[in-house]
Amino acid sequence: MRLTVDGKDIEINADPDMPLLWALRDLAGVTGPKFGCGIAACGACTVVIDGMTVRSCSLPVGQVTGAITTIEGLAVDGKLHPVQQAWLDEQVAQCGYCQAGQIMSAYALLEEIDDPTDEDIDNAMGGNLCRCGTYPRIRSAIKKAATLKLARA
Amino acid sequence: MASIGKIARRTFLIGAAAIAGGVAVGYWYVSRPYGNPLEDELAEGEATFNPYVKIAADNTVTVIAPRAEMGQGISTTLAAFVAEELGISLEELKVEHGPTSFAYYNGTMMEESGPFPWFDESLIASIARDAFSTVGKVLGLQATGGSSSTRDGFERMRQAGAATRYVLLAAAAKRFGVPSSELETAGRSVVHKASGKSATFGELAADAAAIAPPASLKLKEKADWTLLGKSQKRVDMLAKVTGAPIFGVDVMLPDMLFGTVKMNPVFWERPRSADLSKAEAVKGVVKIVPLDTTYGHGFGIIAENTWAAFQAADLIEADWGAPPYPADSASVDKALTDALATEGSYLRDEGDVDAAFADAPADRVIEAEYSVPFLAHACMEPMNATARVKDGKLEIWAPNQMPTLVEYLSGAAIGLESKDVTAHTTSLGGGFGRREVDTTIYAAIMAKAVEGRPVKVIWSREEDIRHDTYRPAAKGRFRARMGDDGLPVALDMRIAAPSVIGSVMRRTFPSLSPAGPDGTITQGSHDQPYTIADYRVSGIKTDLGVPVGFWRSVGNSFNGFFHEGFMDEIAAKGGLDPVDLRRRLMTAHPAALKVVDKVAGMAKWGEAMPAGTAKGFAFTLSFGSWVGEVVQVRDTPSGIRVEKVWIAADVGTAIDPGIIEAQLISGAIFGLSSAMGQEIALSGGQVVQSNFHDFDSMRIFQCPEFEIAILENYHKMGGVGEIGTPPAVAALANAVSALKGQRFRALPLSKEVTFA
Repeated sequence: MRLTVDGKDIEINADPDMPLLWALRDLAGVTGPKFGCGIAACGACTVVIDGMTVRSCSLPVGQVTGAITTIEGLAVDGKLHPVQQAWLDEQVAQCGYCQAGQIMSAYALLEEIDDPTDEDIDNAMGGNLCRCGTYPRIRSAIKKAATLKLARA
Repeated sequence: MASIGKIARRTFLIGAAAIAGGVAVGYWYVSRPYGNPLEDELAEGEATFNPYVKIAADNTVTVIAPRAEMGQGISTTLAAFVAEELGISLEELKVEHGPTSFAYYNGTMMEESGPFPWFDESLIASIARDAFSTVGKVLGLQATGGSSSTRDGFERMRQAGAATRYVLLAAAAKRFGVPSSELETAGRSVVHKASGKSATFGELAADAAAIAPPASLKLKEKADWTLLGKSQKRVDMLAKVTGAPIFGVDVMLPDMLFGTVKMNPVFWERPRSADLSKAEAVKGVVKIVPLDTTYGHGFGIIAENTWAAFQAADLIEADWGAPPYPADSASVDKALTDALATEGSYLRDEGDVDAAFADAPADRVIEAEYSVPFLAHACMEPMNATARVKDGKLEIWAPNQMPTLVEYLSGAAIGLESKDVTAHTTSLGGGFGRREVDTTIYAAIMAKAVEGRPVKVIWSREEDIRHDTYRPAAKGRFRARMGDDGLPVALDMRIAAPSVIGSVMRRTFPSLSPAGPDGTITQGSHDQPYTIADYRVSGIKTDLGVPVGFWRSVGNSFNGFFHEGFMDEIAAKGGLDPVDLRRRLMTAHPAALKVVDKVAGMAKWGEAMPAGTAKGFAFTLSFGSWVGEVVQVRDTPSGIRVEKVWIAADVGTAIDPGIIEAQLISGAIFGLSSAMGQEIALSGGQVVQSNFHDFDSMRIFQCPEFEIAILENYHKMGGVGEIGTPPAVAALANAVSALKGQRFRALPLSKEVTFA
C-alpha cells in the first residue's frame, strides 16, 4: 500500500481496516500525529488530506485517497510555518500533546479563511481537546498566524 | 493552632513513609550525600561538576532538570535557576531530564505533610517540616508532585549554577595566572579583559571539574536577577510545535513490539475465567500474558502493531467477578453518608465547637450537605510505557512522575532489583498526578514474556478512563452558628472521603498500612486563613474500594468547593456580601486580604450586574499560595455561559510570570471542566464512563476570558501548578447559585443546570 505523507511516498504493508493513525505511527514511523481517544472525539490525531482536517484515528488507511499532511510536514526547509511560528511566539503549548492536532486544525482553518473571527475559530477548533487549557493562547496564536501569513504572502 | 498535646496524640504519616523508604531504597544516613549520577554517563570530553551540570569540550552546556515536564514549564524554570547563577542565557544551554537517581530526591514535596497550615510558623511546625523534608531525602524520592519542584530547586539549582561558575573561573584564573576576581564571563566563555585572554567553558571544563567549590556560595540578590522574575521562552516549545517525538508513546526502538492491556473492570479482582481464543486469533497478535499485580489483574496483549493489540483486547471474553466494594453511585453515597455518622480525626479543632452548638438557638444555625463524585485525570497522552528485558536487566521508557519508584517496583514485579533497572523519563502528555507505576509494572511483565525485544504498551482511552487512580468521591456535612453581627462564631465541618495515601500505599507497598489521619481528606478546609472562635474540621477515612490518587490539587479540589460554598451560605445567612465576609474573617492574614481585595477590584465586585448575569467568589490557600478567583456567568438560551474569570494569586516569589499565568489559567480550566460536567460513576462496580464522549472537558468555544494578577506579598514561595483549580470550582458553583437564586451543593453542576 502506498501513501503520500508530507510530500514523501511511503510503502507500507497494512490491513486496509487499520486506522490511518496507527499505519502512520507504527508502520511508517510518523509519530507527529498523536493517539488520544480512537473515536474522533479529541483531535490529537488530526492530519490534513486535500485541505480537509481528518481524524486519522478513525479513518481506515485503505480509504485514504490524496496526499497527507502532518505536523511533521508543515515547516519548509527548516522554516516554521506561520502557524507554528505564532504558536512559538505566543508560547501556547504546555504539555504539548494535543498541539500537533491543534496546529493542523488551525493550519486548515487559515488555508480556508485568511482572517478568521472568534466564531470561525470556535467552529474550526471545537473538536480539538486540550486538557492543559491552552485555549486563550491558541486563540491569540491563530490571530497572530493570520497576520504572519498575510505578511509572508 | 494545633497544640503540642494534640500533635502528640496523632500518628504521623512519617512512620509509614520511613518504613516504605527502608523497603524501597535501604536506609541511608540523612547526612550522607548522594553521588553525582552524571559521572557514570559522561561522553568523551564531557565534564560534570554536580548532578545538574555537564559541559562538553565543544562548549555544549547541558543542564539536568530532573523533574517530569508535564506542561507546567518546569524544565524551563529549573534551567533558569542554573543559568541565572552561571551567567548564561537559556538559548546557550541544553536541558535534559537526566538519569533516575536518588540524588534528585524531592525534599519539598512532603514538607507540608504535617498537620500544620502554611501560615503556622511555630517551632513545632518548623520541626515537622524539617522532618518531612528529611523523609524525602532518606527515601531518595525523585518525584514530581505537590507543586513543589520550583521551591525544591530554587536553592539547590542556583547553588549548582553558582558552583559551576566558581570552578570555571578558578580554572581560568589558574590558566591565565590572574586572580579569579579579575575574571568575568561573556556567554559561554571566561574572559580576562585586561589581558584580552579568554577560554570557552568547554576548554576549561576538564580542569574545572577537578576543583572543589565551597559547600555553599553567596547567590545573587533578587534585584540583580536577569532571568528569574521575567517570562522566559520555554525550552520545550520548539519540539512541541513541530511534532517532535518527545512523549512516551513516541518511543521507537529497534525490533520493537507493540501492546496494550485489558485489565479487570472490577477493581482488585482476578478474573474468574477467561477465553482468549478469539483474541489470540487476531492477525498480528504475538502473545497474551496474564497480569497479576498490586494494581489489579488482567491481560497484556503483545502484537506487531497497536491496532492489532487493541482489537484483540476487545475480543477477550471473561467472567470478571463481582465487586467486594460499593458497586454503584447510590451505594457510594450511602457509604459516605454512613461514614459521616462516625468519628473522624481533627486537623483543626479550636475553641469548643460542641459547646457552641449545644445551646445555639435554631434560627442561628445553618446546616448543609455537599458532595462530589470520583473524577478521572484523562491526560491527553493515554497511559503507556515501553520496556525491554535483556541479559537480566530491565530498561524502561515512560512518562512518569516518580522514576526511583518506577525502577524499584517495576523491577520487583519481575524479580529484579533496582540496580538492574534503568528508567528513562520522557515528556509527559499531561500528568495531573496520574502517572504512577502501573504502566511500567505491566510493561515490565510483558517485556519479560518476549525477552530480548522491547514492547511499547499503550492503553486505549477506554482502559485509561476505567483504570485510573481517581479523585476521591467525597461528602461533607457542615453547620455554622451565627453571631449577632452576621459573622459565624462557630463552624463545624465533617468530611468523609477515601484516603489517597492509603490507596497509594495499597498499590505500591501493600504490606504496609499507613496509620493516623490523612490530611488530604480535609486539605483546603482545615488549613484556611479564616479566624472563627470555635472552628473544627474532621476528616473521616472511608474506604470505597475504588483506587484513588493524586488529582490536580488533591483534597483541595473538593474542599475548596465545600469550604467556600458553605462560606457563601454563611454570608447569605448573616446578610453579608460574600467578599465582605471573607475580608472580615481574614484580618489576621494580610496576604489573604490583599488577594481578596485585588481580585474583587479587578472584577469590579459589588457593581450592579446586567439581568441574567452573576458573579461568584472563592478563595483557597493551597500548596503555599494564596488564590482568590471571581467567575462571571450569563444565562443564554442554550445554557449557562462562563464568561470571564479573574484570578489573583500571591505566590510569594514569582519566578516566571508567563508560566505562572499559563498555570493559573490551566488550573482554573481544569477545575471548571470538572465542576461543569465531569463525573466517574459506577455500575456493577465498573466505571460507566469510557472516553471523551462521556467524560469530556471544556472546549475552546466554552472557554472564558481570563484576567490574571500575580502578587508577591507573602514571605515564603508557594507552588503554582495546582493552585488555580480549587477556587475555580467553588467560584463557579457560587456564581451559578447566585445566577439561579438557589444553592447548588453537588457536583457536577450539569446534573441540575445546562452549560452552553
